[in-house]
Amino acid sequence: MRKVRIILAWVFLLGITWLFLDFTGTAHAWLGWMAKLQFLPAVLALNVGVIVGLVAITLVLGRIYCSVICPLGILQDVFAWFGKKAKKNRYTYSKAKSWLRYAMLVVFVLLMILGLGGIATLIAPYSAFGRIAQSLLQPLWMWGNNLLAMMAERADSYAFYSVDVWMKSLPVLIIAVVTVVVLFVLAWRGGRTYCNTICPVGTVLGFLSRFSLLKIRIDEDKCIKCGLCAKNCKASCIDFKSMKVDYSRCVDCFDCIGKCKKGAISYGPYRANRVNGANKPNKPNETAEGRREFLTTSAIALGTIALEAQAKKVDGGLAEIEDKQVPQRSTKIVPPGALSIKNLEDHCTGCQLCVSKCPNDVLRPSTDLMHLMQPEMSFERGYCRPECTACGDVCPTGAIHPITKEEKTAIRIGHAVLVRKNCIAVTTDDGCGLCATKCPTGAVMLTTVEYEGKSVYAPVVDEEKCIGCGTCEHLCPARPFAAIYVEGHEVHSEN
Amino acid sequence: MDRREFIKKLGLGGAAIGTAAVVGCKGGSRGETGSSLSDVPKGKMTLRENHNSGDKVSILGYGCMRWPTKKGKDGKEEMDQERINELVDTALEYGVNYFDTSPVYCQGMSERATGIALSRHPRESYYIATKMSNFSPDTQTKEASIAMYKNSLKELQTDYIDYMLLHAVGGSMEEYQTRFVDTGILDYLMKEREEGRVRNLGFSFHGQQSVFDEMMRLHDDVHWDFVQIQMNYLDWFHANEMNSFNVDANYLYDELTKRDIPVVIMEPLLGGRLSKVNGNVLRMLKAKEPDKTAASWAFRYCGSYPNVLTALSGMTFMEHLVDNLHSYCPLQPLTEEERTYLENDVANEILKYPTIPCTGCQYCMPCPYGLDIPGIFAHYNKCINEGLMPSSTQDPEYAKLRRAFLVGYDRSVPKLRQANHCIECCRCLEHCPQKIEIPNEMHKIDEYVEKLKQEAPL
Repeated sequence: MRKVRIILAWVFLLGITWLFLDFTGTAHAWLGWMAKLQFLPAVLALNVGVIVGLVAITLVLGRIYCSVICPLGILQDVFAWFGKKAKKNRYTYSKAKSWLRYAMLVVFVLLMILGLGGIATLIAPYSAFGRIAQSLLQPLWMWGNNLLAMMAERADSYAFYSVDVWMKSLPVLIIAVVTVVVLFVLAWRGGRTYCNTICPVGTVLGFLSRFSLLKIRIDEDKCIKCGLCAKNCKASCIDFKSMKVDYSRCVDCFDCIGKCKKGAISYGPYRANRVNGANKPNKPNETAEGRREFLTTSAIALGTIALEAQAKKVDGGLAEIEDKQVPQRSTKIVPPGALSIKNLEDHCTGCQLCVSKCPNDVLRPSTDLMHLMQPEMSFERGYCRPECTACGDVCPTGAIHPITKEEKTAIRIGHAVLVRKNCIAVTTDDGCGLCATKCPTGAVMLTTVEYEGKSVYAPVVDEEKCIGCGTCEHLCPARPFAAIYVEGHEVHSEN
Repeated sequence: MDRREFIKKLGLGGAAIGTAAVVGCKGGSRGETGSSLSDVPKGKMTLRENHNSGDKVSILGYGCMRWPTKKGKDGKEEMDQERINELVDTALEYGVNYFDTSPVYCQGMSERATGIALSRHPRESYYIATKMSNFSPDTQTKEASIAMYKNSLKELQTDYIDYMLLHAVGGSMEEYQTRFVDTGILDYLMKEREEGRVRNLGFSFHGQQSVFDEMMRLHDDVHWDFVQIQMNYLDWFHANEMNSFNVDANYLYDELTKRDIPVVIMEPLLGGRLSKVNGNVLRMLKAKEPDKTAASWAFRYCGSYPNVLTALSGMTFMEHLVDNLHSYCPLQPLTEEERTYLENDVANEILKYPTIPCTGCQYCMPCPYGLDIPGIFAHYNKCINEGLMPSSTQDPEYAKLRRAFLVGYDRSVPKLRQANHCIECCRCLEHCPQKIEIPNEMHKIDEYVEKLKQEAPL
């Protein structure tokens, strides 16, 4: 049974990790369901089928979810395994810190209701794992891929193509690093400390698992109170002295069954005489993680040289291209399928799955404190291309709904705004009209307008036609600030 | 090649390297092509005499506009002087004695690099050709043009130029007037010729027949010692057909020969179009001479015309040089039958592939908006030439070709330098010697790319 648990756990861990690493969109077709199976995303998406299923599983089998489906739980098992290598029989029973667990759950729910999901999701298990996978593992994966792409290029193969690796958000990277370090230390020392004190999902499922049909059971006749089971219980939930198990914390890892030399521990239907809630509050211990909010708004100023349309003197060479900078948007832009900024904020757990999937480098986690880690759009590196619906396809929480390519062409997520003082058509004689030429909906057109006392042939925007895809902003040759940029819409509408 | 196949090959490749390391390179049979430098006989280079000056010029001339570069310490491309020296040494050793450069080549670094390499050899062992490249309006004064000429002497570390050219005549006679007559630089260079600091004065030609005819009328006054034209077996009969702005090479050559003006040939390979040929074309050539490269046919073609003084080749790699030395040490002229075969049969086959006539000369660069114009054309042409254009969705290979086209595009041209960034400022237009309507072509290519992209995510 333990073996089955471990195999299933690996399948889920690797599957979900791959889901986050993959940038080609192939993984999603096969493994998208693994993300949708996650508890919190399912709750946020009001995915009744999944919630009922998970509750049912927990009521029958106990908190098997935490051992097999939750990637962060499995990741902690991996960390703990290193701990066990270092020192055997390292765990001891500890009393449940129920007050902390329920307090965390209440705070979490309150924050979510108050619309401060950005902070709340710092402790949500699935999104924490997502952040780790996206900001720490995906770059490695991509560099590996780029290496292969380099070799493929030499071999004249198109099997691999190289992708840009860039830091999408410094705060998220720091949060991911802190999460990994804290979890590593906690898991190394105490196994599932996080799951049984902080994790809101763990608390909910723990509450349910107290009533589960199948449970770990100690046969009082066989037990010699040697304590071996407790020393190997990563949930610290076996009180061997009184031969009781705290079922709200047991994650059904089955480690104890094999460890018991007397065969006193089994997993089976619960018998009434062994009931134990073990819900005594107390023992201030092991600080809840000192997570901090990061006020860092990363100004990653890259040294660049201005592009000058200077007279050509010699042959060859490439003009320098200055990096584009993010314009000051008064309303942020969220992807088509999000329905509205509010819908996204209410449902998003900041797991970064959409960010890791965006093939056009448009999505990145917000650095806004209230909505830290939730996706928003910007067009310095690409624009929201018509053929792509990746973010909606993968989102497990209903923050971004799946849409078709056809629907996408009509969803207005924002509209373009002009900054004429930057416009090449105004500042030079080069007769630029690229935004008008490339606009997929024909919302930008050229006409004669008055600007600072002279008439110029320059772009104007039909706000009704514009869908806010960012083609114009991305392609605009004015650098570092584009002369046309997109302002988001609070609520998306359809053309 | 799909992903699975690639990974398999990667594994096999690793194994092969391992085996090769064990087996070593013992014995083995040498190729019959005679592709190594040691097979080239020394002192056999075909020479052509210039009756104006008595110069004995090698039929292979070194074009110095494609010198090898390397990444410098600051990440910028710089001339790879070590390799340039090596190429120049080898070329001189095997009898190449004509080096053609310009103040604008290689981002303006060609003359210096050429000068450094050549000055390591006795001055009388080679001929230097350079140009009056006063394209930029701020060089179109007498002082600035003379300064450009003086600077050429300095960079080339010499006090005389063997072959001086008015660079790229042909757009219009007005342009000729502005650049060379109004500035007085033509008179100045003619004086320099009298005084021996310019040994031969000529011009390079790209453009319209009316301008060429006018230039021929000027011959009586100026006396052109030589003229440089674009000539190869495709341009011989088809230059005008490919681009209405250009003149068929047979007309240019005959007019010059009539006046006894020696001809220097540029673009003998048409920017690589006659060396990297489509499979069908290659089969046609290999059927005649299985062990000769496609390029060798183009060079032998040029050399077979007796009034050709030298054919320029921009040899970036030693392999280019070696292959060309094979073609010209000594030259085996084509038979009448072979020449007709190239001019008609082969040329017509090449014309079936509607490539954009870009020779990669870089005159259009740098594009002020950062595009890599020759890079975009190169990728597009490569796909057309190799029959890799995804055209019909009914084609079972379509998905594969589409992926190869798009992935290959991103590989050859960085995203920010691709065709969709062209704002049609049209500054490139006046610089293109092939008179390609670059902004138009960019627009067309981008429409094509956009169509492929919109079908599905990569």
